[in-house]
Amino acid sequence: MSAQVSDSFGAVTSLPLVELRGICKRYGDLLANNDIDLRINRGEIHALLGENGAGKSTLVKILYGAVEPSAGDILWEGKPIAMGSPVQARALGIGMVFQHFSLFDNLTVAENITVALGKDWTLQSVRTEIGKISADYGLSLEPDRKVWTLSAGERQRIEIVRCLLQNPKILILDEPTSVLTPQEADKLFETLEQLAAKGCAILYISHRLEEVRRICSSATILRAGKVIATLDPRRNSARDIAAMMVGIEVGNISPREHAPKESMLKLNKLALKSETIHEIALQDIDLEVHCGEIVGIAGVAGNGQSELFAALSGERLSRRGMVSIEERDCSLDGITTRRTLGAAFVPEERLGHAAAPHYTLSENTLISHRLDSNVVSKGMVSKEAARKLAGEIIRRFDVRVPNPDPEARMLSGGNLQKFVIGREIISKPRLLIVDQPTWGVDAGAAHMIRQALINLAAYGSAILVISQDLDELFEISDRIAVIHDGKLSTANATESWSREAIGLEMMGIGQEGKHS
Amino acid sequence: MRLELSPRANITPLMRLAAPIAALVLAFAIAAIVIAFYGKSPLQAFDVYIVGSLSDSWALQELLVKATPLILIAIGLSYCFRSNLWNIGAEGQFVIGGLFGGWIAIATHGGEWSLVWPYVLLVGAVAGAVYGFIPAILKVRFGANEILTSLMLVNIAQLFLDYMVRGPLKDPKGMNFPQSVTFEDAALLPKVFGSDRVHFGLILAIIVVLITMVIVSRSIFGYRLRITGDAPKAASFAGFSSKTTTIIVFCISGALAGLAGASEVAGQIGQLQPTISPGYGFSAVTVAFLGRLHPVGIVLSALVLAMVMIGGENAQIMLKLPLDLTTAFQGLLLLIVLSADALVSYKFRIVRGRRG
Repeated sequence: MSAQVSDSFGAVTSLPLVELRGICKRYGDLLANNDIDLRINRGEIHALLGENGAGKSTLVKILYGAVEPSAGDILWEGKPIAMGSPVQARALGIGMVFQHFSLFDNLTVAENITVALGKDWTLQSVRTEIGKISADYGLSLEPDRKVWTLSAGERQRIEIVRCLLQNPKILILDEPTSVLTPQEADKLFETLEQLAAKGCAILYISHRLEEVRRICSSATILRAGKVIATLDPRRNSARDIAAMMVGIEVGNISPREHAPKESMLKLNKLALKSETIHEIALQDIDLEVHCGEIVGIAGVAGNGQSELFAALSGERLSRRGMVSIEERDCSLDGITTRRTLGAAFVPEERLGHAAAPHYTLSENTLISHRLDSNVVSKGMVSKEAARKLAGEIIRRFDVRVPNPDPEARMLSGGNLQKFVIGREIISKPRLLIVDQPTWGVDAGAAHMIRQALINLAAYGSAILVISQDLDELFEISDRIAVIHDGKLSTANATESWSREAIGLEMMGIGQEGKHS
Repeated sequence: MRLELSPRANITPLMRLAAPIAALVLAFAIAAIVIAFYGKSPLQAFDVYIVGSLSDSWALQELLVKATPLILIAIGLSYCFRSNLWNIGAEGQFVIGGLFGGWIAIATHGGEWSLVWPYVLLVGAVAGAVYGFIPAILKVRFGANEILTSLMLVNIAQLFLDYMVRGPLKDPKGMNFPQSVTFEDAALLPKVFGSDRVHFGLILAIIVVLITMVIVSRSIFGYRLRITGDAPKAASFAGFSSKTTTIIVFCISGALAGLAGASEVAGQIGQLQPTISPGYGFSAVTVAFLGRLHPVGIVLSALVLAMVMIGGENAQIMLKLPLDLTTAFQGLLLLIVLSADALVSYKFRIVRGRRG
């Protein structure tokens, strides 16, 4: 490896592997990157921290050759280069693991990797290499398994192995743990440390400060397109770092009195058949959510969360007696009826499901407020009332907008999520079902959203939160249940769960799993 | 080398407006070249096609008469197309509307009725709606592709009309010609605007256009159609069932096509014949897209297409150009309009080298 070669020349090692100097990127009026300096050394795990919209993605795309900077230089091993394209970046030795995997579900692991690598590789050579890399780094992968049978963690390993096969000098990972169980994340960290020990540099993009403090030796914090600080995350508290990211002190979530009252949502042996092979069938799900209570559902992505959400929202109908809201059986009622019963819903997918991308925010309010007689009366939409409502949501939930009534797609993930959550809870629903409330959302917005959920529960509403973020569930839930392969564990008090127990349950080998 | 499509960030309303106009100009230019290959002067053809069909009062009235069914059908189709549902069988719904509307006129023939034509129109619209319901229910219940089913139903409708006119509805005193009795005055649509050709159907078309403008821009129903087409998952999250939407829009567009058929039979032809449409139902697809699915745009593009239809007949008589040229021109126009739309929404570039 070249890293080892350069290790023998002390002088060379002191040169950073890659250095960005004065990088600027302008999109119209927006300065996405403003004079950014970043140095990454060989064998270093370097964190890139920042809120959504801070300029992390732009910076990484510039480094990966996908976006051309407006100004600034990229120095590779001390020499200025023009990064023309991702192809060139990969040839130099830059590997990237994206947050969203680009894999073909119906192909095998080896086939997926071969397709991505180009003509120098054959299926056979890839198979052999997968074996070697798996052994070297403890990344266990079966080359002949079809991708759709794999967990998110295994899918991520495919992407990592794909990068490693090209002998990268630097590996960029974008929010890698967002889909992993704690145990899977631990394995990933081991692999990354091993890679770093062999001299590979790692640029680690995340908003999970605990992780960053655990594995990164240096961190660059971006805010509003500028570098705020470059520091050693292990020598600073998570709260200090969060404050730097957000620009304000992030407060603790204010606690609340929790005295569960009458039952609001009741699931009785809820079952749902899968309609396609990629869907998970729900089996025998029993759950009760009371007024004033937050119940969290943990689980690895793809274990039936979206199916459960659809069964709860009424986008998928179940069978008589399975879903009741406030003692009223609504298993066969659609989402509109459930809304009139006092329920509100926030789906996982913001653009396309919760909101129509090309519609303005005021048009998007209609999605869940079309029964509101102020906004729609006698079948006619009052555009003014819709704009007023959107304006109120924007103001009350601190949605940052480029103009008073922008299209949904123009908002950053965090701001759109604040808008969607605000749209659903502004009318104080008695029952709120949320799927992934803060997925891909910056620390400031996430904090605000969690506080809003807590406040709603304190007001007396029943809340069900489906989330893959365990920290979040521990922070806000009164009780937690774990979903695995379409089955739900019992919902136990949050204090009674350890992280390990939840992790085992998420993999289907917990106590609960054995009994059922 | 490969072709890459990337969405444009800023699409100005001007670009959206210019696209169909540019498409029209380009289609005329290509038509001119084809006409030149026929050995005719494109300038002379231009004179016949455009100047001829706009020059005198007879031609202008004819323009309105031909635009009437195009407007009615295309407005109906715009309901479907907005929701991303593809009703290609308006021609069949038009024929069925004409047949059943005409049947009312024939059944009341010789009776002492003072006012029949409103019933002709009503029955025509209902028959068209029922005929439009068939591909919708097939799609909703069995997942059958609505493009294929609605298109095949056109043939069934045409042959059914042919059979009825040669059989049960034939004029007994008609010397065995395949046509029905001529309708009595009570069954004929009144003429309007002091014209002896422009009929009440035009008033209906104007009313339909105005109502549609309100529905599209203001009503929650219009919102429902748009969001079903633009973001189906968000539509279902809003509680709009896509199945119900499918059935409603097919019935609306069937009803308007049927209304157009009945008004054509009782306003223009005055009897049933084996063929009652020169392809209005298909031309209306072009009209709807050329008009950007907007009610006002549809009125303008219906006038353009009506002009081309009249010009085609004139060209056949005066320049001996085949009538098929007009049909080919319409197809060309639709193709160019859709391409222009794609060019407005996306940037095309040719990228060298393979994707790595």
